[in-house]
Amino acid sequence: MSNSVSALQGKVATAKVMVRDAGLRGMITLRGDITNTKLKAACAGLTGVDWPAPGQANCVGDKGLAWMSPDEILLLVPYAEVPAALGLVAKALKGQHYLAENVSDARALIQIEGPFAAEVLAKLAPVDLHPANFKPGNFRRTRLGQVAAAFWMRDVDTIDVICFRSVADYTFDLLATSAAAGPVGYF
Amino acid sequence: MLILHCPYCGVDADETDLHAGGQAHLKRKGPDSSDADFEDYLFMRENPKGVHFERWRHVYGCGKWFLAARCTNTLEVFGTYAAQTTAPPKDLLDTISEKRPGWSWGISK
Repeated sequence: MSNSVSALQGKVATAKVMVRDAGLRGMITLRGDITNTKLKAACAGLTGVDWPAPGQANCVGDKGLAWMSPDEILLLVPYAEVPAALGLVAKALKGQHYLAENVSDARALIQIEGPFAAEVLAKLAPVDLHPANFKPGNFRRTRLGQVAAAFWMRDVDTIDVICFRSVADYTFDLLATSAAAGPVGYF
Repeated sequence: MLILHCPYCGVDADETDLHAGGQAHLKRKGPDSSDADFEDYLFMRENPKGVHFERWRHVYGCGKWFLAARCTNTLEVFGTYAAQTTAPPKDLLDTISEKRPGWSWGISK
């Protein structure tokens, strides 16, 4: 069995706003009827966080839930717990129409942390990241530069970004360059 | 820059987050139709200067298709609505009539 490694293998770019590889993280794409109470109960049991409203992500530590679309939820768990989590979801939704797929190795997770973290992203995404409009708990799927990405705000100074594994280097360099260039000072 | 409100995920998405899908409310002509009807369905499209109904996909966001009414002349957006409809909602048509009296489009002719 080969060892699992994250796409960026612990890469860190240190500046006033630090951009770093957040390492391996278990991610499960859940599609189906997301109003299903059994699905909600299973997710609550796995992550211990509240069900996210549209455009929101609830994350505590390595666990969390993010609202991806009206029929899709992203379930975040520690990397090693994915097979067990998939088993629990399958048990809870037995006989129902749904899809649960382990996408942990298809993605990269990057964390931006520092005093102007939102500005680092605001330079790259067509999203209003003004502190009055994008607050802790908010989640957005969009693009960063030329690639698809999603991000959510943990707290005012910390934002988690996910992108496809194949574009992890591009995304990391993009964020690191934006961070190194400093704040715009508009917010 | 065109900014459309996605009716599914509720965000105001920039044009670069979206993918244009051409004219909305096309009615498919099946195997029983005449050749002329089928040709119309495949190739003939509205090309108005003014009110237009289009399909858009929130491609970098939730991935859903939705419909939008906008003015091709001024780029004013009248509104967006779910794709699971065969005609624009009444309140949207009222809004357009208020702003563009006497307007017409393929489906309302």
